[in-house]
Amino acid sequence: MSQTIQDAQVEIATALAASLPQYPNTIILIPAFNEENNIGFVLDAIHEEVPGIPVLVIDDGSGDATVKKAKAHSASVISMPYNSGYGVALQTGFIYALQNDYRLVIQMDGDRQHDPKFIKTLIQTIQKEEADVVIGSRFLGVGNYQASLPRRLGINIFGRLASWITGQKVSDPTSGFQAIRGDALKFMASDFYPPDYPDADLIIMLHRFGFKIREVPVLMHPNPDNKSMHRGHKTIYYVFKMFLSIFATILRKKPEL
Amino acid sequence: MIAPPIRYISIIICFLLVIYVFELVRRKHLNEEYSVGWLVTGTIMLIFSIFDGLLKWVSELVGATLFTSTLFFFGLMFLVVICLHFSIRISALTNQVRRLTQHTAILYHEKSELEERIEKSDYEVPSSRLEKF
Repeated sequence: MSQTIQDAQVEIATALAASLPQYPNTIILIPAFNEENNIGFVLDAIHEEVPGIPVLVIDDGSGDATVKKAKAHSASVISMPYNSGYGVALQTGFIYALQNDYRLVIQMDGDRQHDPKFIKTLIQTIQKEEADVVIGSRFLGVGNYQASLPRRLGINIFGRLASWITGQKVSDPTSGFQAIRGDALKFMASDFYPPDYPDADLIIMLHRFGFKIREVPVLMHPNPDNKSMHRGHKTIYYVFKMFLSIFATILRKKPEL
Repeated sequence: MIAPPIRYISIIICFLLVIYVFELVRRKHLNEEYSVGWLVTGTIMLIFSIFDGLLKWVSELVGATLFTSTLFFFGLMFLVVICLHFSIRISALTNQVRRLTQHTAILYHEKSELEERIEKSDYEVPSSRLEKF
């Protein structure tokens, strides 16, 4: 008799655990611009890897079926009224997450570059290390990601600069595969966030605000469409902007949120 | 002494500029904030053109050989200040537009979500409200 009661109790407990989300207050943000060929695949992989985490696609004024595909693959979609750029779209997601009381945000790209298998790794790292920001780096041993020479050069220079300023290793400052939580989320939604293209300057700013940053190795696939996130970004302007932004950040007084 | 023709041209242009800017403000085509730079530039250029003794004094002070270059120089300086002021304003406006875009997108998303939820529930929605969308 008591055996059956115990069994029933266990059953209820398991059912309860299953009904409760495994990762509470967590959301995945995917900024997407004309990703109709990839977004469905990415969303399916995410749902399979981490079922139960809500996914928000921020459509950056796509002209194709990105929105339809994303909705069909059970993601909610915020549509920017016009193409406003990667950083602006992503920040929209941060503002939304903050308004809706999410505590932990995963940001990733919708172009199959980021492997959803590593979402769990990011979440576990941020919890275990008690970090505020965890960056998925493609240069820490997992896989062998081949970037073009100018891109590698840029990553190298700004990675070293960021490492030197923050006093910790920053191997992949351009990575858009990150986990952010707590007050760092407030920072991302604030006016301090560099909206055109967040990069090494963002990491240095986070460091200046006193946030704890960790890197974790992740697998990144080559972009199937072979287009860079830096599309339309003139390389010289990018380099200039990054240097200016970094030095302006250093020379600013220690900011407060 | 400035050569008379350029002096009269300068006086007429500066006078027209000041009058025109004032008229734009009066018709509310130009905000007061943006009119200040133009009015100050126009007025000072006008004063210099009318009282050429003052222009002569300033020219000797800065070491300009031609009175007209003094006029051009100060005119240019004011234009630089005005342009910088515009860049600052444009930056502020860009940030504001960004915020507006972001919040509009979020609000629209929330509106659609609420509409969907209302449609699913048996709550009777005044039909005229939904038909519009």
